[in-house]
Amino acid sequence: MRKISLIALVLFGALLLYASSGLPGHGDPDGPSHRERSRVGSPVAAAHYIRHAQGDAASPNIVTVVLADYRGFDTLGETIVVLTAGLVCTLILRRSP
Amino acid sequence: MTSSSRNPILITASRLLAPFIQLFALYVIFHGHFGPGGGFQGGAMLAASILMLRLSVGAERSELKFRKSWGTPVGALGAMIFAGTGLLTLLLGGRFLEYHFLPLPDLSRAELHSAGILLIEVGVSLAVMAVLVAIYDDIMEGPGGD
Repeated sequence: MRKISLIALVLFGALLLYASSGLPGHGDPDGPSHRERSRVGSPVAAAHYIRHAQGDAASPNIVTVVLADYRGFDTLGETIVVLTAGLVCTLILRRSP
Repeated sequence: MTSSSRNPILITASRLLAPFIQLFALYVIFHGHFGPGGGFQGGAMLAASILMLRLSVGAERSELKFRKSWGTPVGALGAMIFAGTGLLTLLLGGRFLEYHFLPLPDLSRAELHSAGILLIEVGVSLAVMAVLVAIYDDIMEGPGGD
């Protein structure tokens, strides 16, 4: 059983390596995520963010603008997740007074 | 960890280091618009400085900086600052987290967005810091602790 799982692991790793060879290069301007329009003709979000981030939020850090402005609701969810983790730790671990 | 095993070098070094870590964490939080950084990273650094004090000078003394009982309330306060910013813009006629409805005078639309981002970053950093410290405190005084 152990031998089978090891072989499966190696095969899966080889599959992942093979699949990664088909990805576009890092920062490739022709990559699918950097195009203005996707293959079906819909606008791609990344191009909009890069073009409008500084004008929309007076901030040169595109990452911050995407995280806290365009996707602020998502960040609210992340904060609630962190808070919930803390609350659950308190509920499980803290001894009742 | 008993108090008799404390090392004076460790205590002095961590007491010297903690304010600088906290200062740099504040820089990371408030400079998040212009460079790498933001609420999550800055909050983690604030928590790291407090946990360093917890480990070196002991829980009793480091409670002067951040009490054990503050963990959950401060974390909730951070999340409430975030959600409250969103609800404020909602009340003032915008959509949730539409920062240009914030009631700050003499700021352009883009600058209002910048200010809104800063507000929620402060909320995020408070929540992350308090929760990280609270988890450490809870684990240290857990069911099998002491």
